[in-house]
Amino acid sequence: MSTSTDESTEFIESTESIEAFEALIAADDRIEPRDWMPEGYRKTLIRQIAQHAHSEIIGMQPEGNWLTRAPSLRRKAILLAKVQDEAGHGLYLYSAAETLGVDRAELLDLLHAGRQRYSSIFNYPTLTWADMGAIGWLVDGAAIVNQVPICRCSYGPYARAMVRICKEESFHQRQGFEILNTLSHGTPAQKAMAQDAVDRWWWPSLMMFGPPDDESPNSAQSMAWGIKRFSNDELRQKFVDMTVPQSEVLELTLPDPDLVYDDESGHYRFGAIDWSEFFAVLKGNGPCNEERIEHRRRAHDEGAWVREAASAYAAKQTARPTAEVA
Amino acid sequence: MSTPDLTAAGGHGAVPVEGVPAGHRSETPASRTDWPLWEVFVRSRRGLNHQHVGSLHAPDAAMALRNARDVYTRRSEGVSLWVVPAAAIVASSPDEKDSFFDPAADKAYRHPTFYDIPPEVQHL
Repeated sequence: MSTSTDESTEFIESTESIEAFEALIAADDRIEPRDWMPEGYRKTLIRQIAQHAHSEIIGMQPEGNWLTRAPSLRRKAILLAKVQDEAGHGLYLYSAAETLGVDRAELLDLLHAGRQRYSSIFNYPTLTWADMGAIGWLVDGAAIVNQVPICRCSYGPYARAMVRICKEESFHQRQGFEILNTLSHGTPAQKAMAQDAVDRWWWPSLMMFGPPDDESPNSAQSMAWGIKRFSNDELRQKFVDMTVPQSEVLELTLPDPDLVYDDESGHYRFGAIDWSEFFAVLKGNGPCNEERIEHRRRAHDEGAWVREAASAYAAKQTARPTAEVA
Repeated sequence: MSTPDLTAAGGHGAVPVEGVPAGHRSETPASRTDWPLWEVFVRSRRGLNHQHVGSLHAPDAAMALRNARDVYTRRSEGVSLWVVPAAAIVASSPDEKDSFFDPAADKAYRHPTFYDIPPEVQHL
């Protein structure tokens, strides 16, 4: 008898919890870590935040590749700061994910086992110095367009992490633009290098926004939960509209013969995206998939002794007062 | 074309969400087997109070402070830092939100706007 009473109480409580959650979402208010939330909402956020965090730390690699070969001390200091920011962004995001009740250590294990993913854009190689410019301008530019709306995400800790990240990304994009602007107004060889980098990074940057809306079954639920605010195609269009006029200042061409301004809509029309490339890279057949994850695993394993030493030191410090008393 | 379930909302590009594990729920998030979790508070300038900015893992307090400096004040965001073991924080429960904060709800007379004052009265 008491069992049935407990169950009915629980049911009423959970109905109230669901209503409280729905009311917060409807009012465009924020959900905080200790609030009740549907399991689907929690898991969707963990997947998204974890894979976002993984992207930040894997994203250190393509640029880390050029740290020792930056053309000047100024550029080197800037690139170091940028790569350090990416590590910081990863940490903000892992701590946001942990507020949902998962452990960072487990999320890293899932990354290393290939069970959680990172963005495909980081599976492309950085062949020349101009790639540092193209990544900052195009890849970080696209990331900003994707990330700014997440500053208003319904989950408080994720939204707050994103506010910090967006502030810092602005420097990333501007330093990238500056690199390309310097190269494109330099010698013919430098300009050619800048053009080659833009030719290689333009289409993958457009793919970053994900498949077209009619092929994105997951988006509707994320939109209803206030996790996602704009559709993939809306964000992609926004990015193209922002970027084309910037390319004119750079005096570089974007590798799309179909790119044209449409007076009527006030938007740039662009050519068809080759999604077969996107899905091939996603499947693991990109130029650097194996290298990236292998490097990440090695760095983690080779850093194990540092983590162990820090733990041993902390344990010793904790033990000391007791030992002295005894 | 059969499209896997993807989301691009997580920043740097679309990633699959289908069949992606979401980790295991840990019962005591503040006392995990990893290094302890520390909550970080930053005073952005003199005259302001410390404000919560996030958290991090560190083996001890000294490392927590150093890491907090590197993670949360790379652009001179602070003049003072606090790190507090997350396990030491006692929080009110959202479940008892109503009963816990109820006593203040019906005391509008604690606010200056509660009182009717003739409009010609100044400096009050």
